Amino acid sequence: VNSLILNTTTRLLVALMLVFSVFLLMRGHNEPGGGFVGGLVVAAAFSLYGFAFGVTATRRALRAEPQSLIVAGLLVAVGSGLVPIVFTGAPFLTGLWDDTTIPVIGKLGTPLVFDVGVYLVVTGATLNIIFTLAEKEE
Amino acid sequence: MGLLSAILTGFGAACVAPALCRIRPTGGSRILALLPVALMFYFSGLIDDVAAGGPVHVRYDWIPSLGIHLSLHADALALLFCMLISLIGACVFLYASGYLAGDRDIGRFYFWIMIFMAAMLGVVLSANLITLFVFWELTSISSYMLIGYYHEQASARAAALQALLVTGAGGLALMAGFILLGTAGGSFEIADLLGQGNAIRDHPLYIPILILVLLGAFTKSAQFPFHFWLPNAMAGPAPVSAYLHSATMVKAGIYLMARLAPILGQTAIWEITLTVVGAGTMVWSAILAARQTDMKRVLAYSTITILGALTLLIGAGTALSVKAAVILLLAHSLYKGALFMVAGIVDHETGERDVTRLGGLYRVLPVTACAAAVAAFSNAGMPPMLGFIAKEYFYKAKLDLGDFAVVLTGAALAANVMLVVVALLVGFAPFYGQARETPKPAHEAPWPMLVGPVLLAGLGLLFGTIPTDLDTVLIQPAVRTITGDPSITITLGLWHDLIRNPTAALALSAATIVLGVVVYRSVGRIRTVRLPAAVGLERVYEGAVAGMLAVAQWQTRILQNGYLRSYVLTILTVTIGLVGWRLLGVRIDVPFASLQGVQFYQAAVCVLIAAGALFAVWAPTRLSAIASLGVVGLGMTMVFFLNGAPDLALTQIFVETLTVILFVLAFYRLPQLHVYSSLPVRARDAAVATAAGCMMTSLVLLARHGRFQNPISSYFAEHSYTLARGRNVVNVILVDFRGLDTFGEIIVLSVAALGVLAMIKLRIGQRARRAAAWERQ
Repeated sequence: VNSLILNTTTRLLVALMLVFSVFLLMRGHNEPGGGFVGGLVVAAAFSLYGFAFGVTATRRALRAEPQSLIVAGLLVAVGSGLVPIVFTGAPFLTGLWDDTTIPVIGKLGTPLVFDVGVYLVVTGATLNIIFTLAEKEE
Repeated sequence: MGLLSAILTGFGAACVAPALCRIRPTGGSRILALLPVALMFYFSGLIDDVAAGGPVHVRYDWIPSLGIHLSLHADALALLFCMLISLIGACVFLYASGYLAGDRDIGRFYFWIMIFMAAMLGVVLSANLITLFVFWELTSISSYMLIGYYHEQASARAAALQALLVTGAGGLALMAGFILLGTAGGSFEIADLLGQGNAIRDHPLYIPILILVLLGAFTKSAQFPFHFWLPNAMAGPAPVSAYLHSATMVKAGIYLMARLAPILGQTAIWEITLTVVGAGTMVWSAILAARQTDMKRVLAYSTITILGALTLLIGAGTALSVKAAVILLLAHSLYKGALFMVAGIVDHETGERDVTRLGGLYRVLPVTACAAAVAAFSNAGMPPMLGFIAKEYFYKAKLDLGDFAVVLTGAALAANVMLVVVALLVGFAPFYGQARETPKPAHEAPWPMLVGPVLLAGLGLLFGTIPTDLDTVLIQPAVRTITGDPSITITLGLWHDLIRNPTAALALSAATIVLGVVVYRSVGRIRTVRLPAAVGLERVYEGAVAGMLAVAQWQTRILQNGYLRSYVLTILTVTIGLVGWRLLGVRIDVPFASLQGVQFYQAAVCVLIAAGALFAVWAPTRLSAIASLGVVGLGMTMVFFLNGAPDLALTQIFVETLTVILFVLAFYRLPQLHVYSSLPVRARDAAVATAAGCMMTSLVLLARHGRFQNPISSYFAEHSYTLARGRNVVNVILVDFRGLDTFGEIIVLSVAALGVLAMIKLRIGQRARRAAAWERQ
């Protein structure tokens, strides 16, 4: 497929969707959203990009191997769980919070970091499957 | 703190070992040998503390609610083992730097052997049964990795697996035994249990405890009929055999029996079991040892002989036999460690370790030959070695046993005669006589490989001849710990016993040596004598492994057959069966009255979903089926929106979108949809699907009633903001209240993604290989 309309709108939409995914991730703790759905939005965005420009270009646009995203996400999640053990001696994955309030995000805390890990894993896992299947097609 | 750091430094050093060995292959490994030396000094420093102010004890809470603590305890018995582990560890680490010089995987070797050392120290220092068990299993695992060091060889892998399965099975029994023991004694702390000895021996669980704990000890210490794994474990490199499979790890079972003797011992069943198993192991393996020709296998079987003797002595439990056990343990660790390293040198330098094809090596390996001779003297129990004193005590202890004295002394004599034969086979035969052609031109080993055997053999000589304070500092306190009797004294004196007190034991010793030489002269005939076959559990082991694999294959063919349709069918049928069975006779009210409030758009969504589902079943093409499933999914999304679950709706939209994309990608190349299934199969599927739908509907209707006593949702709703500072309850549950579940789920997701990758990429690889093979033809 090489459609001018698809290509042009894709460029616009992908950028919007990526911003939207971060928005969903950040507001997740107080409003509908969260890391899981945020990750799915990223995956959807890159699938769209894939339809327009092909898998190879999409892999290049992603700039990281999906497997690396999975690994990074798991590490971030583990790290957010270890923070309370190291700093306060509380059990694994206890939520620690900073009390300053930031617009949209609310308060900063380790659960948010954990959600970032979920976001990365979901993105990586979904794109990994989609890319692998799509490459089989080509 | 000190004890824990001593163990942790081992684990820490293990982690840096591979990097160190990569940077400086020879120098790095020699630096690593300094750690056990340092540990040895540390433990010898503790001896005085223990002698003066009782045991050193540290404890950290681990799972206090279950009585499980990380508690470590250094008393005389533990220190004796710690000294052996660190001393022989130092020799072995240095030795291995020469033995494995130039080996690509030397870093892996040092990693695992240091893990082993730390774990073994943990076993003997643990004061809590559960802690002990954890370290115990860690020694089994490191042993597995070390036996399988030459993992390119199928035989090494098989031997490693066999050792792991046998000791691992024993380990499971041991864990069960420990849990029962903790239940019976009310604590997992060994110190608490020591005071409960009588209560535990009278407890109804005593017999199961004893059986399970002894299973663990017997498998680990290669007692008959579980002995077969040890000779096979010789597939590992010589340093591993010297360290794990003669000097330390196989003595863990002996250690455990000695440690638990005050708690579980002193009953008829304990004494009879240990005596019979120990004596049987001792005699049978002694005969087998003399029949071997491979130096390492000879040594392996004779190690089993000593392990049997130690079991026998601990089982008897008299002061004299415990003394004999401790001295024998010490003497054996020294000389057997040395002999294994000698065997390794011979193998390494000549490329041959069959004693019938070796001879006259003393000309090319003079230092090794000396060390071998001294160690073999100790092995044979010749004066003035520590081994001689050990054997004297062994005989004395046997003669002292009253009713069974004659039988057991006879068994001991037979075993000791064979040990003389072993000493001659390994310590003398390869070095004297006519020189033979060897696969490699032999020359003396480099110094790092000689330090260990010379030092260990020399210590056996030193402790035998010169009166040191070894007896009062190490042996006597250890004997007191095992027997629980603080009045026992012991003096090691070779000439003391030899001259002033000529006893029956001395006469037996003389007879042993004479008989040993006589038997050695006809050792060729012993090798050819036919023994009753199939003694031992090795056949049973092989049968069990083969059977397990067959069952696994069978059930995999049935359950994991690769057809998604049969997986779905199995899952649904089982769920329907279990849930339906539970729902039988439960009254489910359908609230028709509340249906009046249903709005038009709600009904429309429901009709849409049902229509989509039905159309998916009858769809003529794959694409239309996928599209109609998408209708079902989007209908669900609308239900979520209409009922105030925007989170779910949002997620559902994206899941649906991506699912459709995935389906399209996966189905794009598949052939046209055909009806392959017959009518009965379709009828069955329809029935299962309908039943599943009915089940879910009933569950939803039941859940609606709020029959559950305290719905947890209100707790989450109340505490979401106060505890977790989030107003979005769904997300708070995901990342905070149920964070660990989510953590598990993202791991599952990652594994699934990697699985898809592996499955598809590997398929492509296979196809490419097949194509290449086709072209070659």
